[in-house]
Amino acid sequence: MIINNKKARNDIVLISAVILLALISFFAIYLNRTEGGYAQIIQNGVETDVYPLDKEAEIDIPSDNGGYNRLIIKDGCAEIVSASCPDGLCISQGKVKFNGETIVCLPNKLVIKIVSGTDPDVDIIS
Amino acid sequence: MIAISSTLAMILSYLESMVPLSFAVPGIKIGLANIVIVFVMYRLGIKQAIAVSFIRLIWAAIIFGSFATFVYSASGAVLSLAGMGILKLTNKFSTVGVSVAGGILHNAGQIIAAAVLMGTAQIVYYMPVLIVSGLATGVIIGVVAALTVKKIPKSVI
Repeated sequence: MIINNKKARNDIVLISAVILLALISFFAIYLNRTEGGYAQIIQNGVETDVYPLDKEAEIDIPSDNGGYNRLIIKDGCAEIVSASCPDGLCISQGKVKFNGETIVCLPNKLVIKIVSGTDPDVDIIS
Repeated sequence: MIAISSTLAMILSYLESMVPLSFAVPGIKIGLANIVIVFVMYRLGIKQAIAVSFIRLIWAAIIFGSFATFVYSASGAVLSLAGMGILKLTNKFSTVGVSVAGGILHNAGQIIAAAVLMGTAQIVYYMPVLIVSGLATGVIIGVVAALTVKKIPKSVI
């Protein structure tokens, strides 16, 4: 395959610029993130509970299928420490504390979302 | 030729709709149909590529889409065609560069549409992910498109 060197070089310049743009936007978001105030419990797409992050808590969240997720709030972070779901992905997602961060457990249809306040109309993304 | 290309693009987007790839972020797609668009752009011209793209969009929406998916893909397609057309006109990029621009702009267009429709700016958090995914799929599509431009004899299309 004959490669047109000039075009290939321009392609590489374009791709590098794009990678740079991705990095810049990633860091812009990373630097602008703010610590949230509350952990929102969303089950089947409906908010069922809200816990403040500044108060230590250990909560078992029951799910419709008879399972559970154990949520621990400590040091301003929310974390799932044990769960009935087979894959345990919610546990491996670790601690969350920044606004907009989520822990998702698909088998138990559970989303833990960090929000700044308890105001319900802040953001609704389904 | 436009009819054949549009049909092919539609078949590819149908195949793609059957394989859910939105594992990490909703909306990530390979954009197989873009192979045809890039091919047409290089073999027949930019206007023809725009025609193929919109014929595919409209028919895909009628047959296996909804109004919402049409709005998303249309805004993605408009941005991506504009970007690819401009890069193609400069004659300084290969199919890879053109399709990378197309892939990223397609994602950007969908994000903008989603942000407007859902009335939330939060969704821009997806942008870095979608830039990278648009880059990756753009490279793949660009290489495949380059191969088709090279291997399909001019006597066929």
